[in-house]
Amino acid sequence: MGNVPTTVKHCLSYEQLIQDYPWLRRWLLEEKEIVPTEMKIQLIDMLSQTGLSVIEATSFVSSKWVPQMADHSDVLRGIKRAQHVQYPVLTPNIQGFQAAVEAGATEVAVFGSASETFSKKNINCSIDDSMLRFQEVVSAAKERHIPVRGYVSCALGCPHEGHMEPAKVAEVAKRLYDMGCCEISLGDTIGVGTPGTMCQMLQTVMKEVPTKALAVHCHDTYGQALPNILTALQMGVCVVDSAVAGLGGCPYAQGSSGNVSTEDVLYMLHGMGIKTGVNLSKVTEVGDFICSTLNRKTNSKVAQARGGTL
Amino acid sequence: MAAVMRIVNRSSFTSAMGHQYLAFSAAANVRASAVGAGQTLPERVKIVEVGPRDGLQNEKTLVPTETKIQLIDLLSESGLPVIEATSFVSPKWVPQMADQVEVMKGICRKPGVTYPVLTPNLKGFQAALTAGAKEVAIFGAASELFSKKNINCSVDESLLRFEEVMEAAREACVPVRGYVSCVLGCPYEGKVAPEKVAHVAKRLYSMGCYEISLGDTIGVGTPGSMSQMLAAVTREVPLNALAVHCHDTYGQALANILVALQMGISVVDSSVAGLGGCPYAQGASGNVATEDVVYMLHGLGIQTGVDMSKLMNAGAFICRILNRKTNSKVAQASCKL
Repeated sequence: MGNVPTTVKHCLSYEQLIQDYPWLRRWLLEEKEIVPTEMKIQLIDMLSQTGLSVIEATSFVSSKWVPQMADHSDVLRGIKRAQHVQYPVLTPNIQGFQAAVEAGATEVAVFGSASETFSKKNINCSIDDSMLRFQEVVSAAKERHIPVRGYVSCALGCPHEGHMEPAKVAEVAKRLYDMGCCEISLGDTIGVGTPGTMCQMLQTVMKEVPTKALAVHCHDTYGQALPNILTALQMGVCVVDSAVAGLGGCPYAQGSSGNVSTEDVLYMLHGMGIKTGVNLSKVTEVGDFICSTLNRKTNSKVAQARGGTL
Repeated sequence: MAAVMRIVNRSSFTSAMGHQYLAFSAAANVRASAVGAGQTLPERVKIVEVGPRDGLQNEKTLVPTETKIQLIDLLSESGLPVIEATSFVSPKWVPQMADQVEVMKGICRKPGVTYPVLTPNLKGFQAALTAGAKEVAIFGAASELFSKKNINCSVDESLLRFEEVMEAAREACVPVRGYVSCVLGCPYEGKVAPEKVAHVAKRLYSMGCYEISLGDTIGVGTPGSMSQMLAAVTREVPLNALAVHCHDTYGQALANILVALQMGISVVDSSVAGLGGCPYAQGASGNVATEDVVYMLHGLGIQTGVDMSKLMNAGAFICRILNRKTNSKVAQASCKL
């Protein structure tokens, strides 16, 4: 088994996991980096039981660029869709959209950027060109009555350009909304935002896009995600993106965290009396599962605190 | 896989939060009409750096005296106005602080910086004074059980001990800071009533403490419980005499600090590199990292007087010595491998 630990801290033993999931044993033996399809399906199925109403399942990007998502069709076909849960998938262009529809997608997402440089480096085209691609997707989606979510990355800062003008974020958000995206998720891609910049950015965006169509996607790279989310909530935003166990590091700062943990967000929201319909304990169990199988420590402080002994 | 959470009770959230904050605002005579994003925050926040005491006290490795002195000196250079230097508790209970006298005598005191020390009783106070302390702190609790388990006496008994310290401090013209622990939850009692916190805070303030630091000892608080607690306490103690001491055990510290700032608090305790784990949950984090607090405050345009890069140097130094990873996300992000 190589250097696999015999037990892991978060209450699940490796021996038990390997018994329960034969594909895990195979994967560990092969020591591949790509997460097996069965694991992704298992993860999504477990998340479907927690009360979460939206679970972004996979991405129909070319496997040349994102090998981790090469099994997109198998994942989408393999999951057990729970009632009242949506499973949007990323579709960067019309080809991706068509493949997604064929695989059974009922909601898709397009990924724009407020930063010209980031757009060029990340998806190999200018913002204007990306909007043309997205328009194709949105038009095709409209014909099929498939809702489209629009993402705006670098909303509070860009790894290449630095500071982002709120007006630029608002412009891109408006373009996506006007072309037909039902919801715009504003992403602090490198986690540099603080409540100050979040507030300024949202004030500007809210002049162009209705608040009820906005979501925030905060990264916790500088530990600012929860106060930024709190600020957004105080301004009327009521849709929050997060990742179980804070999966997904920051590719721009090695060793840093990226996505904010769903568990930590839930803890805050529930502590404030805000209803989410989500069962925090079940999400923590899912986090335990995925961290144990990936053999990595959770990024969730709630999970770390609960994993300790009183 | 990203999850998207849609808040179900949006309208009740908005009105409940708004109502709560509006009620507080009126009581506190705060100019802002509602607490929330974009409203008036303090222009300046005083950071009370507790790393050398509260931080190191909870670290397993015994740190040599010279290292403690060097850490304090590095922190002094970073612009921090208050650095809690050591603790005059019996070394039998807190071996990490056994070198309290040498530390006090060894540090280079920077003009304009204060170096308070913990003094649990009169004996500790007298030793502190002899060692050159110019400011002290006393440590109460809002929870009866916690008081008994932590300092071996009831809350009332502890307040009697503190009276002795207060009297001696008055005579010596030494300011005293009061801490109230377990303000948002207790590891033994669970929920702690805001009124109880207000009661203890008021007693400490009335006996002469110039500032009361309200501590979320096990980090269980959220913006909801923080605002309720502060609403109760500010009815008894003036805003400008209050500080918050948030633990990040459940990742809530910065959000809680933000709410406190929105309610008019302008003194925040924190620990460089987030030193000091939570003794109640093994492996969990404790003190909020000063670097992360300063990042948020500076991002909000709030002045602190702190030089972030010098602060991060101090954090890097102590983590090297302790051979441990920093708990500060800002420090982690800034160290590109």
